[in-house]
Amino acid sequence: MENLGLIFAPLFSYKLLIVLFFGTIFGLILGVLPGLGPTTGGALILPFTMTLDPLSAIVLLTAIYCAGTYGGAITAILINTPGTPAAAATCLDGYPLAQKGEAGRALGMATVSSVIGGIASVVVLIFFAPLLANLAYEFGQPEYFALAIFGLTMLASIGEGSPIKNLIAGAFGILISTVGKDFMTSIDRFTFGINELTEGIGFIPVVVGLFAISEMLTQSTLINQIFNRVALKAVKLPSIDDYKKTWKTIIRSSGIGSFIGVLPAEGGTVASLIGYAEAKRWSKKPEDFGKGSIEGIAGAEAANNAATGGAMVPTLALGIPGSATTAVILTGLIIHGVRPGPDLFREQPEFLYGIFGSMLIANILFFVLGFFGAKIFARITLVPNKLLWPMIFAVSVCGTYSLNQSIIDVWLMLLFGVIGFFMRRYGFSVVPVIIGLILGELVEGTLRQSLVIFDGNWLMFLQRPIALTFFVLSLIALSFPLIKRKKKNDKV
Amino acid sequence: MNDVHNEKGTNKSLSLFFKSSFIVSGVIILISSILLYFTFTFDIVPPILNRGIQPATFPKALLILIIALTLLTYFISLKNPWKNEKKLPNSFYTTLLSFVVFITVSKFLDFFLGIALLSIIVSYFWGERRVAYLIMVSIIFPLIVFVFFETILGLRFPPGIITNLYYG
Repeated sequence: MENLGLIFAPLFSYKLLIVLFFGTIFGLILGVLPGLGPTTGGALILPFTMTLDPLSAIVLLTAIYCAGTYGGAITAILINTPGTPAAAATCLDGYPLAQKGEAGRALGMATVSSVIGGIASVVVLIFFAPLLANLAYEFGQPEYFALAIFGLTMLASIGEGSPIKNLIAGAFGILISTVGKDFMTSIDRFTFGINELTEGIGFIPVVVGLFAISEMLTQSTLINQIFNRVALKAVKLPSIDDYKKTWKTIIRSSGIGSFIGVLPAEGGTVASLIGYAEAKRWSKKPEDFGKGSIEGIAGAEAANNAATGGAMVPTLALGIPGSATTAVILTGLIIHGVRPGPDLFREQPEFLYGIFGSMLIANILFFVLGFFGAKIFARITLVPNKLLWPMIFAVSVCGTYSLNQSIIDVWLMLLFGVIGFFMRRYGFSVVPVIIGLILGELVEGTLRQSLVIFDGNWLMFLQRPIALTFFVLSLIALSFPLIKRKKKNDKV
Repeated sequence: MNDVHNEKGTNKSLSLFFKSSFIVSGVIILISSILLYFTFTFDIVPPILNRGIQPATFPKALLILIIALTLLTYFISLKNPWKNEKKLPNSFYTTLLSFVVFITVSKFLDFFLGIALLSIIVSYFWGERRVAYLIMVSIIFPLIVFVFFETILGLRFPPGIITNLYYG
């Protein structure tokens, strides 16, 4: 806690403020554009961050994360299409309210609740990340293995879509991480005689392929889609009456979002759906939901932005990403030579508290920019896909090529783009693939090192209390969807 | 998500081989089986040097897990069929074809030319007919990106008929 003063350090660095400003603008643009968003945008911008120092690079990525999550609400409210998946629940009431001629009021509520949710989650991050990091000092290889397994099972059970399909996708992600030379024995695996594959498959080709290129293919199937855009005069601050109606919802959703964010899952998307559902459950007027309820907008937006800080907790404290975007941020940390985990809190507190402070400032910045610039950002949605996506393709190709200057990376990006398109088409989420890829080395490495420690005796895992706890939690996480389904069937 | 059960439009009436759940599960199992076969070709560490498990063991376990989970998904789909997906439009196949054009051109002729050709194909077949916009998307923007990466990030693009002109 003695480092709390370091939170304000970014305020005194003009360089960080400039990075924050541009990161916030870029995040808003990405959030507004359907199909893009902070994950794809973060992956596209990763190569550019190599020109920055590590703190500026991560500050840029976190600003994109915070602002991008909010930006999705602008499109959700004005054209009934979520700019980001996390804004899907915002459409339900945002668009109907906008259709009633109250787009400014809807956006005003979305902006205010997003900022409150975002700031609340940064407070959670500031207090819980160091606590979790302290706990992680007790972790050895078996505990990290059990933790990674827990992360993957949580992702499968509370992520979007079928849990079994999510598990398949997660296993596929881990499988990708096994390509290349085995780190313990240097034996080639799945290299098929291609020299470039001996170093393994990089994160960028996979993430750009699965998100940007697969989205380009998805957009190719929607070229005749027509959006009905609602006119926006100006964003209005919520009235006293609106605050009276929504303050409890905002507080509740901020708590829900922060909690869901900490769990390794699709952070904001799940958080906003739960936040929305809870807002409806506790509302005095649940019948207004879906018809332009201001509480519905507040519930969804406070929750999805609250998930941003929450998702950073395991990312920074344990090196386990809490969402797809934090997986990109984690990659940014790694390629800049920063290893997240408990040691980071002890050795580089100024770095961490710089990130915390920057997230706080990013939330305030997107409030100002969102409030005064929503009308301008909304115009970005007018850029037609037939011009936008070829340009994104050019950036994707050059960005992917730039990291290793490898043409194989570009081919892989296209291959994963096609795989990602078909995965999404048949109900497989691509997020578990990314998390699996990130956690793959940790899962295999800690498993094999644990078995060396245990002399090949698998049962020894059960003699480690922390590892055993994580395994039990994993079993509970796996059985949770089954219980949910059974309850649903019983009800029917 | 797409895994919507018991809705109108599910493909219960389709014969077994045309069901998307059958095709998707089949493809996953086929690819996993081929990869599983390859794991048996990995070098083996001699027992005296081996610490823990063999390098092939972990990928083998993952592939078996994927096959088992895919079978489970398939059997669940027999009870709760997947939603019947709409036929893919021509614009999808054109975009896919443009990827092939990009790969071929960038490998044998020029990386930049590959991007330009893909951009013009995609933009045109997605409905853009204005020449000025086509030029902007296929030449001016890729050129800006190219120069930006080249100068700011110090990136050297692979040699090709146009790139060589730039590098002299």
